[in-house]
Amino acid sequence: MTVGSETARKKDVLMAIRPAQTRSATALTFIASWALPLGLLVVWEIASRSGVLSTRLLPAPSAVAAAFAESVRNGTLPTNAAISTERALKGLAIGGGIGFVLGIFAGISRLIEVVFDSSMQMLRNVPHLAIIPLVILWFGIGEEAKIFLVAIGTAFPLYLNTFHGIRTIDVRLIEMARVYGLGRLALFWRVILPGALPSILIGLRFSLGIMWLTLIVAETISSTSGIGYMTMNAREFLQTDVVVLGVIVYALLGKLADTITRLIEARALAWHPAYRLNATREATS
Amino acid sequence: MSEPASDLRLRERSVLRESPGPTERNVVRALKPRKQEERRVNGQAVLLEGLSKSFGRRHVLSRLNLEIPAGQLLAIVGRSGCGKSTLLRLIAGLDRSSSGTISVGGAEVNSLQSNVRLLFQDARLLPWHRVISNVGIARAKNWRDSAAAALADVGLADRANDWPAVLSGGQAQRVALARALVSRPGVLLLDEPFGALDALTRTEMHRLLERIWHEHGFTTVLITHDVAEAVALADRVIVLRDGGIALDIPIDLHRPRRGPADTSAVAFQARILNEV
Ligand SMILES: Nc1ncnc2c1ncn2[C@@H]1O[C@H](COP(=O)(O)OP(=O)(O)O)[C@@H](O)[C@H]1O
Ligand SMILES: [Mg+2]
Repeated sequence: MTVGSETARKKDVLMAIRPAQTRSATALTFIASWALPLGLLVVWEIASRSGVLSTRLLPAPSAVAAAFAESVRNGTLPTNAAISTERALKGLAIGGGIGFVLGIFAGISRLIEVVFDSSMQMLRNVPHLAIIPLVILWFGIGEEAKIFLVAIGTAFPLYLNTFHGIRTIDVRLIEMARVYGLGRLALFWRVILPGALPSILIGLRFSLGIMWLTLIVAETISSTSGIGYMTMNAREFLQTDVVVLGVIVYALLGKLADTITRLIEARALAWHPAYRLNATREATS
Repeated sequence: MSEPASDLRLRERSVLRESPGPTERNVVRALKPRKQEERRVNGQAVLLEGLSKSFGRRHVLSRLNLEIPAGQLLAIVGRSGCGKSTLLRLIAGLDRSSSGTISVGGAEVNSLQSNVRLLFQDARLLPWHRVISNVGIARAKNWRDSAAAALADVGLADRANDWPAVLSGGQAQRVALARALVSRPGVLLLDEPFGALDALTRTEMHRLLERIWHEHGFTTVLITHDVAEAVALADRVIVLRDGGIALDIPIDLHRPRRGPADTSAVAFQARILNEV
């Protein structure tokens, strides 16, 4: 997952080759980026109403909107969305937290690197969803199973990117800090952590993606609540509109998480020319 | 820029080491006898005795002896790879010597020195700290005030709250200089600090360094591959070659100096280039 620095560099390049956008150009970009999805929606609605598209396979957008209104009214959507979000965040806090802390320690200590890194490198190649049968055996279909899976999935991106972020800090800066007499703690808080932060936040974004993916799968396979359960349940009753609604809710939750990380990046990495300029541009798209 | 008083002082110092100087200097000195004391010398003398450093089997410095009086501006020139940076890192206490001793202000150097500051070729500012926080990196007591003062000293008071990324190369190097000055060091070591700058900015930096050195009075060791720069700035130039000192000459030219156009400067340059 060393793509981190890669993406950052690409952003730099984009900024360099493209002149600054004017206000009207930004508005134009905004319209252009929404033209395709809106157009598709219109075509989809027309296809459903004219009977070209069977509503049993794919409901009309208006039907999905109606299902949305109904599920908000009777409370199933808010309740299930809240349950899913809670599971996601718990899993992320545990797994991501462990990955982050391990990444920090492996990054600053050769000994811990030797003990952990090769095992982590080996384990990360195991698709974590492959252990679902095992997890069900261990935890049944309770909350722990889902949180455990999310934790496993989110730990690796944060571990790898934190470790990589620390190891790629400019050693000349560390040497400079030594010359100016910074102690170990000051060195960590003022040089190592901020230096690794761009990479850590990229790890967080990977983890968020994996977090939702894992949860969808886990809730779909074994659950009695959550968005995944809501859609599986709707499938049994052939409520395709609710199924599509569930998919859309997942997409929105994923997008929300991504937007939040972007905002964190824009704030925490304000010093970074690439992130600063990019944040303002992407906030509008 | 320096006034005549500094010429006097500097020249006088070279006289101490060299043969008797021209008589007109003595006349001027007699006319303004008290002016000489105006420049504070807060610098500390640096003494290297039998200093050797090798990396494995490569002997970089061998039994080097060098005495740098307090307040002197010494320039070291030499071919790339002759051990200039190695020498500075030893004085700064960043690396250990293989044998020999180093003392700064009479105290032997065994580890990093807080009274010795090192300026690198690249500014090495922390990009995630604003300029003022970079200058006050050591976070000493009242660091904001002393950092602001140091920034004002290098003419960048108005950039205190900028990110380092928006500074030009010359400005970044000035911030690095301010950072080195905050703690009022006794010795300032500069490792080709202007090498990456364009000619105009470099001349500006020369003036700045000369002024600040004159005001603060710290001992300065400037490494450069630019012989003209060495002659333009230094009281004394040494040439490092084959692990030892190949040439050691005082540059007793008037300050302010007029750069490469100065004919006597050209003579010095020729002499130094001959030895490099
Ligand atoms: N840490 C090191 N390990 C091994 N060799 C080194 C190290 N640092 C410097 N050297 C060698 O010592 C010699 C002098 O290097 P340096 O002092 O950087 O030269 P310069 O005069 O260009 O500043 C070079 O040949 C260099 O390869
Ligand atoms: Mg060097």
